[in-house]
This record gives sequence, structure tokens and C-alpha cells, in this order.
Amino acid sequence: MSAAPPPAPLPVPLGTPATGRTWRKPGFVENAWLRWGILLVLAAYLIYASAAVDLNVARMLRGLPRARDFLLQMFPPDFSRWDLLYTGVLESLQMAVFSTAIGSVLSIPIAIGAATNVAPRPIYLLCRGWISISRTFPEVIIAIFFVKAFGFGPFSGVLTLIVASTGFVGKMLAEDIEDIDNGQVEAIEATGAGWSKMLLYAVFPQVMPRLVGLVVYRLDINLRESTIIGIVGAGGIGGALFNSFLRYEYDFSLAILLVIIALVLVAEWASGVIRERIT
Amino acid sequence: MLRVENLVKVYPSGKTALHGCTLRLDGSDVLFVIGPSGSGKSTFIRCINRLVEPTEGQVFLDGVELTGLKRAGLRRQRRFMGMIFQEYNLVERLTVMENVLSGRLGYVSFTQAILRRFPQRDIDDAFQLLDRVGLTGYENHRADALSGGQRQRVGIARALIQHPKILLVDEPTSSLDPKTSRSIMRLIAELSKEHQLPAIINIHDVSLAQAFADRIVGLADGRIVFDGDPDKVNAATLSAIYGEEDWSKTIAHADEDNGNNNDNEAATAPADAAGVAG
Repeated sequence: MSAAPPPAPLPVPLGTPATGRTWRKPGFVENAWLRWGILLVLAAYLIYASAAVDLNVARMLRGLPRARDFLLQMFPPDFSRWDLLYTGVLESLQMAVFSTAIGSVLSIPIAIGAATNVAPRPIYLLCRGWISISRTFPEVIIAIFFVKAFGFGPFSGVLTLIVASTGFVGKMLAEDIEDIDNGQVEAIEATGAGWSKMLLYAVFPQVMPRLVGLVVYRLDINLRESTIIGIVGAGGIGGALFNSFLRYEYDFSLAILLVIIALVLVAEWASGVIRERIT
Repeated sequence: MLRVENLVKVYPSGKTALHGCTLRLDGSDVLFVIGPSGSGKSTFIRCINRLVEPTEGQVFLDGVELTGLKRAGLRRQRRFMGMIFQEYNLVERLTVMENVLSGRLGYVSFTQAILRRFPQRDIDDAFQLLDRVGLTGYENHRADALSGGQRQRVGIARALIQHPKILLVDEPTSSLDPKTSRSIMRLIAELSKEHQLPAIINIHDVSLAQAFADRIVGLADGRIVFDGDPDKVNAATLSAIYGEEDWSKTIAHADEDNGNNNDNEAATAPADAAGVAG
């Protein structure tokens, strides 16, 4: 008959009549009542919340012509006061670079302290505490506080960005330190090296690319933030931007915005190139 | 000389990994510890240099009680114990030379460590060891660019540059292919004899242990159930260590391998390393 011998039959041949034994993937919330209950509550809250924020289509439509006028007044951008623009942008840039440098250096010990696998418990709590505090407040809030304390100008802005940078770089780096390969740590400890040499030979080589990437990324963020915190008086181009809005000099506003956009694009491109090159 | 007295380890989870192990090791004996997964081999070796803290019992190295030492004293004694790991545990992003020299970290200052300014003596040692393990010319390769066998050779050089009194070797060949495993094991055994170093080697592979051991210890469920010459290992002892199985094939294999392989491997090791370079 046929050339190929039939394959050996399975213990229970596939395709036998249904036994009525069904299977379904277990739900994320097992109790069906609870599962549907949760969805219902979520939907109800969404409706309630949309009422609270007064989602008003008519108001939105009425605002559209005003937005158009506003945008039209921005053209053409006015670069005539380029010296004001130049000094402001330069100040923002300096604030960003300086605060990134200081902030990154400070965040290294903070990150080490905030990593459970290398830091003792009390230090860990202290550093984690600092990171949570500095990350709780947005840059603008910190800036308002420092402007109140130390007065207007780039000094307050730089302090703000340093604090924010330690929180950001510290947290990300700490998490990277916690993820390192412990075998390498064990090997260095087995040679009789102490804690500081262990950091030097087992921890830093593993997290170095991440640190460089974070610093470049933070520079990018600080550049953008330095323009924002100027609005509350912490130096940089932000102050000039805010004032131009108050004085209805929208064409000058657009000039400032264009410069900021250009700067951010350059920073983003540069950080992308640098991070790509780190292995 | 290493003396282990009544070593007990209970993990925080409540699992008892070692139930009172006692052992003595002198001269340049190569001691293989065999036993199933979870029998406590790795815990045993790590309790000696206290990468794992023993719960009870004492460990003496040349008369110094390691188990009673504070941190600084422990670090000092760890210099005298070279360790080789299953996953090599090289610092991946550092060069081969930095990895080898890291074996001297217990001896150099922090400044020397950070600037990579090791004493000339250490650098001479490092080059000599790289030649010996068959990695001539590899000093500036990054560790993560090497093959498994090459990495383990770096691991061996890192342990030996410590000028240790003993080698602690944890499953050195589990991540390697059979041929590389043999050449690595041969290298460790030869170096142990050359440097008059006793070695404790954990291993899964019974036939490999029989081929290179001066002495074999069998661990089962945290207890030493066999301690003796490699040729005393038979079906009955293997059953005591691992449980009932048909062991006749395993033991026969070991004898064959022992006869065949002794001469040509040392020569192939450096050639093997050079071949990968091209």
C-alpha cells in the first residue's frame, strides 16, 4: 500500500471526540463579579471626573479665533533685539552646562549610597530620602523656593538644576548599580579588595556607559528646564520670554521660542550621537 | 594547609546547606568535591573565604582561624586564597590586563588602583601568567571580547597573581564544552603542582574529577559521605553521593579518558587561544 509507515499512535489519539473538558486562561482578577465591578467603578469615575474639569466644547470653539490672532501676531519673528536674546540664551546654556557638571558629580556618591547592594542601611535611607524629596518637587517649585531664598538671577537657577539633577541622575544610576552582575563583585571581593576598590573595579566599569548616557540626557533636560525656570526669575532666557508675553510682543516671543527650539534640537541630536557611541 | 572543622551553614530561609563538614588539606593536593546540585558544594567553598558566612564551625588557613576574623583581617586573609568561578566573573568591560591585575588589589593603595599604576613586579607577573595560560598578546583585549575558555584562563591568571596559599575553584568548567573543559582542568591541575598549591575544585562531571584528582570528596545533602582516592570511587560510592543509578558507564569512561588525554592537551591550549585571535 502506501510507502511511508504510519507514525506511532499517541497514547490518546488527537482528534478524539470532545470530552467536555474545557480550558480558559485564568483572568487577571479571578472573581468575575469583582472584575466587572472594578471596571464599572473606573468608568463611573471617568464620567464624574470629566464633569469636574468642565469639558466645554463651546468654550473651546470660541477660543479658536483668539488663538489664531495670537499666532498671526507672532509673525514675522522679531530678531531686532538680538543682544538681549543672545545674553539670555547664553546664560541659559551656561546654567545648564554648569549645573549638569556639578549635579552629576554630586549624584555619583548619592547613587552609590542609594543602591541596596553596596550601601549600608542608614546611608541607603538617607540617600533614597534625598532622591525622593528632590524628585517630588518639579523644577519650577524648587526654583521659586530658591528665588525666595537667594534672590533673582542665575544663581538660584543653577542651584535648582543641581538639586533636580542629583535626584534624576542619582535615582537612575542607583537603579543601574542595583542591577549589576554580582559575580564580578564577588570575584573582586574574593581577592581581598576592600569596599572602595570593589566600587572601582567591579561597580564603576559596569555602570560607566549608563552614567555617561544619563549625564548627556540630563544636560538635554537641564537646557530645556533652564528656559522654563527663568519664568519665575531664576535667570536665563525664560524671564525675557515671559516678559515678552506680558507686553504683547509676540513677535519677539516667537524669536525666543525659535532659538530655544533650535538649541533643544541640537542638544537632542548631540546626546543621541554621544549615547549611540557608548558601548 | 587548610583545616575545616564541623562547618554548618543555615541560610536565612531556614535551609541547612551544610551539616557539619570536617576536612583537612595539605601539600599540593588537588581535591575535587563532587555531589548533586544543591548538595552544598558551592556553599562549602564560599564558606572558606567567607563570601558566604558560615553559621557554625571553624576554618583555619595555615593556623589562622578565618571564621573569627573581622573585616580587615578577613580581607588580608582573602589575599591568600585565589578563587576561580563558574561564570568566570571577569569584569567584562575591563581589559584582560586589568582583570589579571585586580588579583593584586589587596596589596596596592587606592591611588595605585584608580590610576592603574601597579608595581612593576605585578606587571611582570601578569605577563608571565598570561604567557603560561596561553593568552600571550591578549593583555589589551576587553574581557567581553574573549571566548569562554579564554575568559576562564584570565580567571586562573587573576587567582594565581595573588600568590595564594590555596585555590578555591567553583565549577570551573560547567559553562564550557568538553574539550575546553579538559584543557582548563588540566591547566589548573598543572599550575597547582607547579606552584605547590592545594586546590579545592567543585565539579559536576565525575569522570573529569577522576581524571585529574589526587583526592575526591563526595557531598550529599550537606554531609561528606565519601573522602578518598579517585580510584576508590565506584558504583556504590556514587550511589551514596548521587542516589541509585546505573553507574557502570560513568566509571568506565573515566578510566578511558585518563589514559588517552594526558599528553596532547597542554600543547593544544595555547594554539587554541591563538587560533581564535585570527
